[in-house]
Amino acid sequence: MPLDQNSKRDFKVIGKRVLRPDGIDKVTGKAMYGADMTAPGMLVGRILRSPHAHARIVSIDTSAAEALKGVKAIVINADLANPEDEFFADIRDNCLAREKVLYDGHAVAAVAAVDKATAKSALRLIKVKYEVLPHVTDVDEAMKADAPVVQEGRADESAPAGSSQNVTSHFEFGHGDLDAGFAKADKIIERSFKTAATHQGYIEPHACLASLGSDGRGELWCCTQGQYNVRTICSEVCGIEASQLRVTASEIGGGFGGKTTCFIEPVALALSRKSGKPVKLVMTREEVFRATGPTVSSSTDVKIGMTSNGRITAAQAKLRYQGGAFPCGTVEFGAQAAFAAYDLEAVQTLGWNVMTNRPKEAAYRAPGAPMAIFAVESVVDELCQELGLDPLETRLKNAARKGTLSSYGPTFNDIGLVATLEAAKAHPHYTAPLGENQGRGLSCGFWFNFGGNTCVSLNINPDGTVGVVEGNPDIGGSRASISMMAAEELGIPYEKVRTVITDTNSLGFNDVTDGSRVTFAVGLATIKAARAAIDNMCERVANIWGIDRDAVEWVDGAAQPAGPNAGSHPPMSLAEIAAVADQTGGPIAGHHEVNADGAGVSFGVHLCDTEVDPETGATKILRYTVFQDAGRAVHPDYVEGQMQGGSVQGIGWALNEEYIYGDDGRLQNAGFLDYRVPVASDLPPIETVILEIPNPGHPYGVRGVGETSIVPPLAAIANAVSRAAGVRMTELPISPPKLLKAMSERG
Amino acid sequence: MKKLHISTSINGDEAQFICAPDETLLDVLRDHLGLTGAKEGCGTGDCGACSVMLNGRLVCSCLVLAGETEGAEVETIEGMANGDDLHTLQRVFIEKAALQCGICTPGILVAARALLEKNPDPTDTEIRYWLAGNLCRCTGYDKIIKAVQAAAAEMRSV
Amino acid sequence: MRYVKPENLKDASALIGGEEGISRILAGGTDVLVQLKAEMVEPDLIVDVKHLDGMREIVAEDGGYRIGAAVSGAELGEHTGVKALWPGVVEAMELIGSTQVQGRATMVGNLCNGSPAADSVPAMVAADAVARIHGLAGERDIPVLDIPTGPGRTSLAKGDIITSVFLPARPDHASDAYLRFIPRTEMDIAVASAGVSLELDADGTCRAARVALGAVAPTVVLVEAAGAALVGTKLDDAAIAAMVQAAEATCNPISDKRGTVEYRTKTAGVLAKRATLIAYARAGGQK
Repeated sequence: MPLDQNSKRDFKVIGKRVLRPDGIDKVTGKAMYGADMTAPGMLVGRILRSPHAHARIVSIDTSAAEALKGVKAIVINADLANPEDEFFADIRDNCLAREKVLYDGHAVAAVAAVDKATAKSALRLIKVKYEVLPHVTDVDEAMKADAPVVQEGRADESAPAGSSQNVTSHFEFGHGDLDAGFAKADKIIERSFKTAATHQGYIEPHACLASLGSDGRGELWCCTQGQYNVRTICSEVCGIEASQLRVTASEIGGGFGGKTTCFIEPVALALSRKSGKPVKLVMTREEVFRATGPTVSSSTDVKIGMTSNGRITAAQAKLRYQGGAFPCGTVEFGAQAAFAAYDLEAVQTLGWNVMTNRPKEAAYRAPGAPMAIFAVESVVDELCQELGLDPLETRLKNAARKGTLSSYGPTFNDIGLVATLEAAKAHPHYTAPLGENQGRGLSCGFWFNFGGNTCVSLNINPDGTVGVVEGNPDIGGSRASISMMAAEELGIPYEKVRTVITDTNSLGFNDVTDGSRVTFAVGLATIKAARAAIDNMCERVANIWGIDRDAVEWVDGAAQPAGPNAGSHPPMSLAEIAAVADQTGGPIAGHHEVNADGAGVSFGVHLCDTEVDPETGATKILRYTVFQDAGRAVHPDYVEGQMQGGSVQGIGWALNEEYIYGDDGRLQNAGFLDYRVPVASDLPPIETVILEIPNPGHPYGVRGVGETSIVPPLAAIANAVSRAAGVRMTELPISPPKLLKAMSERG
Repeated sequence: MKKLHISTSINGDEAQFICAPDETLLDVLRDHLGLTGAKEGCGTGDCGACSVMLNGRLVCSCLVLAGETEGAEVETIEGMANGDDLHTLQRVFIEKAALQCGICTPGILVAARALLEKNPDPTDTEIRYWLAGNLCRCTGYDKIIKAVQAAAAEMRSV
Repeated sequence: MRYVKPENLKDASALIGGEEGISRILAGGTDVLVQLKAEMVEPDLIVDVKHLDGMREIVAEDGGYRIGAAVSGAELGEHTGVKALWPGVVEAMELIGSTQVQGRATMVGNLCNGSPAADSVPAMVAADAVARIHGLAGERDIPVLDIPTGPGRTSLAKGDIITSVFLPARPDHASDAYLRFIPRTEMDIAVASAGVSLELDADGTCRAARVALGAVAPTVVLVEAAGAALVGTKLDDAAIAAMVQAAEATCNPISDKRGTVEYRTKTAGVLAKRATLIAYARAGGQK
């Protein structure tokens, strides 16, 4: 759906900082999240988890636990169904291990009991015999031919012959003649990089309340980024029909991609089916870290050639991502995104997906992109240092723009990279003085953004108010944005619209809240649904006035006569039309169903000043500014919020966050004490500059904004630290011991 | 496990409950008293989502045994507004978009109120250190700090 | 598990002394409840001592202060007298955990938890603090330095309850400081730490010095040679260097998820230096 011809119109609602509809519930404690729901007679579920990184399950003896008073059901993998599709079978085997446990924390069995204490006791009575197997947790180790094999026979046809079976797929993108390009370079830098696995770190642990009868009819309440996706997975994994399972999404306490799959919902349903009672299952924080999706860890080689005046002549990246104990596809995104910010004659990216004995990777905000772009932007920065070039000018010189053949195939339409770079250049931050031990870094960032399956109903109520029904959990204020777009289109005040997120039985299928798709795709469908309702209202008014439909137009929330033959009629407002709907054909509604394409890619540029302590290796973020193209900022507060939140997650990734495994393959920091997400006192204000380069694929020009912001911080910080410390840092996180060691080796 | 009978005051109202000796105040608030505004983000005092006031002190309710609250005065997020009249902090948090998912919000509001009662005119740095035990993964804290400052300014002017 | 609030110290000691299973004393609970949650320990008996006489009090005594075992970090931080006399001890205590944790956590709990990384302990050791213990055989005083015996272990006997810690009087021109290193600015366990207490002559010459290090050995250590390196000097560069060298030489840390041997050793020396300079300035010394 293209950008409106009149997209430069004066918006009345879009761009305003209206109050979010769920605000009062969330500041008073009334909002209902995953763990806040109860049901009469409900049981408490708990999950037994593997203490081993890799082991064969010889036997599971549940008899003693079953005999414990108050235990109502115990389930293992065999209690789940047998989906044909490997995608669902993998989720099933991640929810409850089959034959082997594949990582520390892998679920083995689950109990439902009358209370927490009984459930806890029951877990201890379940006897699991393991045959411990060799394990591997590092991506480079796992690719070696003699590495322990996590799962056999999982490689697809793209996996290179002769490599370890842990390598499950391979991707390649690019164009041009690399050799010729490197031959033209005055300087070539080739470096290797590593990034640790990080967790989405949402504050709300996974939680659900399930009720499933022996007739296959079920109700499921859970915190998820997509209730329809949960329904699909649970239907497959539990062997029930989609129509019989109603899934309702609770308010969601953060997701960042980590709640786009299932970890506990099928288990809770299976426990409920077996016990005949509702079962509530809530993860502990430790379980969240050990058994839900972190992002991949990576190992990357980047080689870039540049002329002495700063033009990139050729670029290559080799990316190796481990996505835990099951095949994942994440390296494809990394290989596509790595050089997206550059207009290149010769570029190649190669990617390998690898299995290790770690938890199954889940999406994390711009999955696959931050680590690839970290490596690329680090090498670009080092080239600028070596050649004495300004890093912003150099990026401008090489920046992708409209008409650029991207490194991953498509030719870019209107994009905002140059505008964001120019904005950064003009900002006082870029030229502010720096002190001793301080350094400034910058990085570009990119994300594709996504549209996808979307279904919206818009109901004109008899009193002239409007209800929007949509199916995407609101993870950062989207209900406000959707109401704003409905109000804008209908020409009524924002306050007259209420948007609700409905259950799976009340609206058609919607893809999950991911890919920064909601404001774009649900917004687009809402605008279309509003236009359908407007068309319907104009038709009715034409009938009332006895004129042609074409002679009625919609202006400022009312139907009015248009053109020379329309005659003279006072405008009929939406409320007036709604009031007589029963006499003009009954209820008025608009619908739109679409598999939306046209999501515009989004670029951002981050500027960061750091100071390093030469005696301890500590890094302090002094100043941080984010420039990002939002296409159209529907609700600027929440656009800024996405830019700030993603930046801070990236800052954590760059400096302190990491999954730490011991030699035994067990996770050593499964808690917020030692998995160190940034706290308020670690940070300066995060300044934001929103650019608006309209997306040609949306009527108002909206682009997704949620993900791009996590991409640049890794390199922006690494570049700032490397400049401050006088030594190039190539491994994340740049924890103080690592930095101090690098500085002392620098001499 | 023999249960304890506890009498306490919650948001100014008398409350009695029966709890197991190993249950926390957070368990009791959420599971027995239906006060689910305090959230369990970690259960180990690292995230602050379960913050409440206990006898006038800001605490993590996950680090208090319910049995300890005999005769105590507990204040939770549910008691922060006066009827339909939101506390200034609550209103300003909505106005300044200081929340995204909102799961950390009750804990942050309870903690911020405790700060402003002690220090009505804090610096940004003081706010950031006071709230360092309240993790927020959505906002990057920026709008939270600004909202606390805005609310503090408004509260000082009344 | 039983939860008991005994009526007096004698009963408390008897309860714990007589318990055949696992018992825990509950003051602030910020360690005990974490251990319960993690299922690291499942006590049969929890004895709450907060309500007992003197436990919540800070009392002036012989020019110093006696701090009850259940005084929280927040309460200690609000006590202007203790803060003026022993600023390093107070700042060490206040570094533990969040504001929320400060509402409950106690210095004695920090000591009894037996962690080599406990923030308040190096500061108390530098201050030569003395713990008062109520045991089955009555009351006795033991230097804080002698309480920890290893990670998670103490010299306390069954039935022993620390009821207070005594911070002694100090002469003019004396002060203390505490620093720790953590990767973030808050909410972490010390990777290394240093508590330093100095007494100066009127002209700024160091008359006495105690340097204690945390997280670099199985227990908090008092580095006598480090203190000795400062005595008789005005903290010139050579004296500081000698002090740092002595501090580093004492370090016997482990490598773990929080830091390496090399990093802990180096950082302990840096912190000892920085804390020394802060204490010196606080004591009125001028460099």
